[in-house]
Formats: sequence, C-alpha cells, structure tokens
Amino acid sequence: MKLTTIIKTTLIATSIMASTFAQAADMRIGLVVKAQGIGFFEAAYKGAQEASAEIEDNIEIIYTGPVTPTAEGQIEIINSLISQKVDAIVVSANDPDALVPILKRAQQRGIKVVSFDSGVATAGRQIHLNPSSNELIGRMNIELAATSLEAAKSEKGDIAILSASPTATNQNIWIGEMEKALPEFPQLTLVATVYGDDLADKSYRETQGLVKTYPNLKVIVAPTTVGILAAAQAITDMKKTGEVFVTGLGLPSELAGHVESGAVNSFAIWNPIDLGYAATHIAYNLIQDTASETEVEMGRMGVAQLDAEGNAAMSSPFVYDISNVAEFAKIF
Amino acid sequence: MEKINNSSFETKDIEKKSLPSWVFSWESFLLATTVLVFFINCLASPYFLDPWSLSDATFNFSEKAIIALPLALVIIVRDIDISVASIIALSSTAMGFTAEVTDSLFLICSAGMIVGTLCGALNGLLITRLNIPAIVVTIGTMSLFRGITYILLGDQALKNYPESFSFFGQGYVAPFIGFEFASFLVIAVLFYILLQKTNFGRRTYAIGNNPTAAYYSGINVAKHKLIIFIMVGFFCSIAAIMLTSRLGSTRPTIALGWELNIITMVVLGGVSILGGSGTIVGVVIAVFLMGLVNSGLGLINVPGIVMSIIIGAMLICVIALPGVFQRLRNKVGN
Repeated sequence: MKLTTIIKTTLIATSIMASTFAQAADMRIGLVVKAQGIGFFEAAYKGAQEASAEIEDNIEIIYTGPVTPTAEGQIEIINSLISQKVDAIVVSANDPDALVPILKRAQQRGIKVVSFDSGVATAGRQIHLNPSSNELIGRMNIELAATSLEAAKSEKGDIAILSASPTATNQNIWIGEMEKALPEFPQLTLVATVYGDDLADKSYRETQGLVKTYPNLKVIVAPTTVGILAAAQAITDMKKTGEVFVTGLGLPSELAGHVESGAVNSFAIWNPIDLGYAATHIAYNLIQDTASETEVEMGRMGVAQLDAEGNAAMSSPFVYDISNVAEFAKIF
Repeated sequence: MEKINNSSFETKDIEKKSLPSWVFSWESFLLATTVLVFFINCLASPYFLDPWSLSDATFNFSEKAIIALPLALVIIVRDIDISVASIIALSSTAMGFTAEVTDSLFLICSAGMIVGTLCGALNGLLITRLNIPAIVVTIGTMSLFRGITYILLGDQALKNYPESFSFFGQGYVAPFIGFEFASFLVIAVLFYILLQKTNFGRRTYAIGNNPTAAYYSGINVAKHKLIIFIMVGFFCSIAAIMLTSRLGSTRPTIALGWELNIITMVVLGGVSILGGSGTIVGVVIAVFLMGLVNSGLGLINVPGIVMSIIIGAMLICVIALPGVFQRLRNKVGN
C-alpha cells in the first residue's frame, strides 16, 4: 500500500516537473545586477520584462544578483547561469576587470554577453550599453536650462554651472559639450562655472555666492547629483524660488520635494526602465544574430550606433518634472 | 574538562547499541545530509548533474575551503582568525605590484606567499607574545591589512598579470578537475595526516582540550599556536594566488566578507568553537555540503538574500540537531 502511494506521488511529481520544463521559455536571459534590493535595478528588471513581453519569442528573464555588491558574488551567479545554459547574460558589473575571465568562459560556451550601466572590459562582453553619451548629456543640460528659463518667464538670462571637482573627468567632458551646444541657444548667457567638489556644504556655499554675484542669474545647471540637491536647498533657503531655477542631473527620490516646491522645474537622469528594456532588446538581437558590427536595434528606444569597441549609447537623459517625478521617486 | 566527559559518555552509549561508533559520528550525519542535498539538487534542476556544472561549481568554494583547513586547527586550539580575507587582499596586492615589474610566475607567487606568511606570523606573534586574545588581534589586523590595500590601491585595479598566471585559478589538471579543486583535495589529505596521524596533531587536540594541562605536559603552547597562525597566513596566500588568477585582477575589495563563509565551513564541519574537537574529514564534508547547497540554490535562481537565510537556518539546524538528539537519548535513558 505505502509503496504504491510513494510511487504514485513520485510519478505525479515527476510529471508535473516534466510539464514545467516542457513549457519552458524558448530563450532565457540572465539579468545580473550589482546587488539585490536596489530600486534602480528593480526598475531595470521592469524594463526587461516589458521588452520580453513585446518580443514574439517567449523569453524568460532571470533577475538575479548577489547580496552584497562584490565581483566574487557576481562570478558565482554567472557560473550558475552558465550551467543553466542561458542564451544571454545582461550584467551591470561590480568590477570591470574581475568579471572578464568568467564572462569569456560564458562566451566560449555560446552565451551572448551585454553589459549595461557599469561596463565590463571589452574582452568580457560583446556590447556595452551606456545610458547616454557625453554629447547627449551636454546638450540635454543646456536644453533643460532653456526650459527653466521659460519657467522663470524670462526671454533672456544668465546661467551658471555648478560642477563637482575641477579634476572630475566626466564633469569636464560634459561642460565642454555644454559649451559646444550653447551657441544654438542665444537666449542663454553662461556667466560662471563653479566647483562644489561634490560636497554638499561646499556646493551650497558656491550656490549662495553665485546668486549674490550675478543678480541677473536665472538658471543654475548642476550636472552632479550632489550639486543639484545642495543648490536646490540653497535656493529654497534663500527664498529665491521662482526667480532662480536649478536644473541638471539628479535623482528623483532626492529631488521630488524640490520639484514640488518649485526650486527645480525639471531635471534629467537615465531612466532605468528604458535601460533594462534596451539592454534586453540588444541581448535578443545578439541571440538572433541580427546585430551588425555598427548598429543594433533597441525596440522603442530606436537604433543604437556601435563604436569599434562595441559601446552603444541609449538616448538623451530622461527628463523628470512635476508630472512624473513622484512616480519615479519610489524607484530610485 | 566537560568536553572529555561528554565524549566518554557518548562512547558508552554507542557501545551499548553495539554499532560501530562512526555510524553516530558527526561526520556520518553530515555525509548523509550531503548525499540528501545531492539528490534534492538532481531533482530540483535538470542542469545540476552535468560534468561542467559540477566542475564549475568547485571554483566557487575551493579557495575558501583551502583556508578552512588550517583555520580548523586554529579553532581546535580555542583561537579564531577573522583576518583571513584581509590577508588574501594584502597578499594579492603584493602579487599585483610584483606583476607590474616582472613576468616571472615564481616571483609573483613568492611575493604573495611571503606577504601572506608574514601576516600570519604577525597575528601569531601578537597573540602568543603579547598574550592578547586572538579575536581582538585579528579584528585589528582585519582592518589593518585591508586598510593597507585601500591606501596602496585606492580605486585602482592591478591587472598586469602574465597570461600564464591564469592557470592557477582557471586551469585544469585533468578533464573537469580544476587546478583549484585538485589543490584543495591534496591539501586536505596533507591536513588529515597532520592532524590525525602526527604528534603535531595530538598536541593540537591536547592544547584545545586544556591549554594549561598541555603546557605542564611539556608542550610549547605558544610556539605551537604561532606555527598554526603562520600556516593560516601561508594558505591564505595560496588562496590569494588562485583567486587573483581567477579574477585576473586585484582590487582592494577582493575577497571582502569571506571570513564568515570560511568560519561557517569549519563550524559546520563539527569543529567545536570551544576547542578540542573536530576532524578534517568533517570540514571536508562540510565544504562539499556548502558547495552543493550553494550551487543547487543558484541553479534554481533563488535570490541571494533568500540563499543566505537558508544557509543560516541550515547552519543552526545542523548544529542544534545532535544536541536535541543527545537530550532525547538522555531522557529515554533516564
């Protein structure tokens, strides 16, 4: 009696398992993030799911990441994804070099590798998806300044840049690109570039200095998350809300309050949902072998151009204002 | 003292039931659990029973396991070393800088081994000469060694390793048998002989059971402990060579947080945290058990956070179960 029951249960269990395998997806893509429980990556996962729903082939997204953001933890996970014979791995790396050997091994076993957000050295991946490019970021900052000028109800006005430290490579490249885009916006006059060293208190004081020195100042552009927050706080404290607007690159969760108070009209940063979405499309195209040496398609995000090292830029930074900031503040 | 009494009671119990004593040992209990986990893994994932899967999984634990072996000796003599992961980092940094100036594998590895051994010696000297408790010393050196790597490297990575260096962490000695895993097996046999078959091993247990008695029996306790801490340092550098080679680079965060994983392996292996008991066989089985649990949960994509909860719960259960059984047996006996 007992034995037959055991056999029956085992058979049922096996058939259930077999049927789940039979229903298994046509393709599996492993999405490996820096660590679990980070809103930014949860949003990227949302985007990846959006992409997989859109694509006709049945794609299963395996969302995974270590508990703490270490390269060793990610290697263990990638090892397990290789064992599961996934079709592609999409990864935001904790270390650009340490992941190269294991990702090389993945590629040797026929798995396509895309890095996004935080890249992997060239040997470890086929394509790296940057959220944006320096040129697009520079231009976006100037466009935001123009929008803020309109919000200040001015036809013409002075703008100033609040950067991080004078040696920050990214910042300097972006400022260079901003200066290149500036001639197309004759209503804006760049009067000063100051440095807050990505320290909240120094950025705050530099903002106060700018407002006092330039009475015709309408917009402060801070392409740094620390700077933009400190500047918005300074403007609020100086009761200059509505006269001087702060814009630049910032995080929705930190700036939601300032958007509501009016110190910030709009700002930009990458949209993690779009990033996960585009990276999934790129992985799919690699699996399908439909990506060329120079171009890869990203669904609703358009077509990305690839440089010689396989770097792609997704789009201009995504603009956040009063209409969407509250929703994204919950994410990151 | 209590320990010795306990174990003599156990033997009596076992003799009564006239079954060979190993049936009731911790090691056979662990082995049974390991076999069980193996079968669960086979059922849970169709990818588990694949030579490459199994081979790849060995890379995830071999380096930690190599350190667990000498650390078992440290815990048997009632000490602890939580600076092991930081020794890996410092040793790896030394290799990174050596690799900047030379391509010689011998020089690169020697630099790592010398630094690792010196770190172990520093721990051992502070503990035995200044009589500071091991936990205090190694909490200090944990920050000290890691701190030095941060000062030396900042946010830089050292990655100028020669191509041939990758063998230690990525090479195979036989089909499916990685160099790391093979080394672990060889080192485990050496430690088995050292602890179970030599005078050194007998002395280690004697110190763990009663350091004072061991001292009055003519054992140089301080020197013995110093040697054990130097061994830990040395094998940390062996693990550092493998890990660095597997990552192909050195960063100050290398092996961050490994000390707890390694101590878990040792404790799960039945080495009493109070000292005096435990075997290398137990530690080796525990290593396999942890490896199987990790790879099984990984293959069914259990999130890392859930995985650490499961491993924590497993550790508590496995440690608590024999105690519960012992109590039940005592009750029945009364």
